Amino acid sequence: MLKDITLGQYFPGKSFLHRIDPRTKVISALLYIAAVFLCQSIMSFIILLAVTLAMIAVSGVPVKIIVKGLKPLIFILAFTTIYNVFFYTGDTILFHWKFITIYLEGVVFAVIMGLRIICLLAGSSVLLTYTTSPIMLTDGIERLLSPLNKIKAPVHEFAMMMSIALRFIPTLVEETDKIMSAQKARGADFSSGGLIKRAKALIPVLIPLFISAFRRASDLAVAMECRCYRGGSGRTRMTKTHFGARDAVLFALTIILGVSIVIVNIYLPIWVI
Amino acid sequence: MSVPFIKVEDLIFTYDDEDNIDKHYVLKNLSLEIEKGSFVCVLGHNGSGKSTFAKLLNMILTPDSGKIYIDGFDITDPEITENELFEIRRKIGMVFQNPDNQLVATIVEEDVAFGPENLGVEPSEIRRRVDSALETVGMSAYATHAPHRLSGGQKQRVAIAGIIAMEPECIIFDESTAMLDPQGRKEVMNTISKLNREQGITVIHITHNMDEAVKADRVVVINEGEVFLDGTPKEVFSNVAKLRQAGLDVPQVTELFYDLSIHGVDLPSDILCEEEGAEILSAMLKK
Repeated sequence: MLKDITLGQYFPGKSFLHRIDPRTKVISALLYIAAVFLCQSIMSFIILLAVTLAMIAVSGVPVKIIVKGLKPLIFILAFTTIYNVFFYTGDTILFHWKFITIYLEGVVFAVIMGLRIICLLAGSSVLLTYTTSPIMLTDGIERLLSPLNKIKAPVHEFAMMMSIALRFIPTLVEETDKIMSAQKARGADFSSGGLIKRAKALIPVLIPLFISAFRRASDLAVAMECRCYRGGSGRTRMTKTHFGARDAVLFALTIILGVSIVIVNIYLPIWVI
Repeated sequence: MSVPFIKVEDLIFTYDDEDNIDKHYVLKNLSLEIEKGSFVCVLGHNGSGKSTFAKLLNMILTPDSGKIYIDGFDITDPEITENELFEIRRKIGMVFQNPDNQLVATIVEEDVAFGPENLGVEPSEIRRRVDSALETVGMSAYATHAPHRLSGGQKQRVAIAGIIAMEPECIIFDESTAMLDPQGRKEVMNTISKLNREQGITVIHITHNMDEAVKADRVVVINEGEVFLDGTPKEVFSNVAKLRQAGLDVPQVTELFYDLSIHGVDLPSDILCEEEGAEILSAMLKK
């Protein structure tokens, strides 16, 4: 049951997006997110949608996986869409019955909001999590933040903690599953009673989980010491990433995306929201 | 005679008992020499001090007294520099019991690269070492997989690859087969003997499993913090009574032969291999 959660959903491959420096991808993803929020007219949304679909096609990540990744959003998506359909007021009445009035603008707005959320998640995850292994990602973040070393911020330690946390999520999820089964076999009941009763029922799961997590942490620390880990200084990386032509291309493309969306917003203001 | 690769002299390691003021002796006057390129199995029941002994060899723990020489270099010297310490840890790799708790990265090849990265090896050289280490343990096909999707034996082989990539001279396996299923155990044992035979890596294998100990060149039994028995598997396992006294089993065949000879059947006491035992018994029954 818990195993179905996809975390650190890296999809190995050798596409254009896979081979880009993680630093470029982090910056591009931020620009892309900004672009998503800049979209105001239907034309700019068409551009955004085209770019997002193109990115998915280039990445080689199966659409099925991306759709699966959107599943946790279904509730938010449904809520925003329905809310906007019923409560957005406009000029063109599409449907009227007693106290329910649906306006054309409301439907358009709802669709656009839905698309915005989908693009936001699908686009940024294709740019980052699907095409960048967690280690590369934390490595990229570490290097982007490295100027902070000057003010003695523990950037390397922070990145290491992040990648170890990512590494241990599936292990701990599996362990939680095991402990829950073991407690169920001893007659524990996790699925009945009110909120407080259920929360209390989780205590016998959390305590062994914490103890085991600490044991794992101390084992891992010894294993890391045995593998000569001594912090960030003097450490090299197997995959030396550096900015190349590809990075310039991606960077230019995201800038073009942002600029064209702003231009379209100004000069082709059709169905502006 | 040349200097032994590992030389341990009068090693003492204690910890303070929680409710007792007395010191609890884990190791008392342990002395041992291990030759380069040998395959040594360390046996002992729980709490005999065998894991502590392993952790002392690369200075994860520090002994109370006694000397440890690696390649003639005294690692118990309090003046040891950090660089010398890390050089020792590079030379003497260690693989632990739980494969999950040794893997650092979310991708197999990135995990194998962790050791050499810490050593500051050149990126192209790391790539070469990672590929060759994965090749050695037979995990090349899984280079870009996530470790949590692998079986126990496969994870443990990845952990071994992570150590090989540091190009050690000796690898200590601290009950590395204890948590595995029979299939995984077999995979790991094959990898261990391959490393010893083909790459000349000194292997110190700590185990509970007698059938694994039979494969070693030399078996050292540690009991109550001291070397209790030391010799070839045949020599050690022929002391059935002594091993039982130390709370250890012997391979089943050896045990059967021992019990038969107690009851007056004339049989050799140094049979370790089931086929060998079966042949002797059937020859005897035919008479």
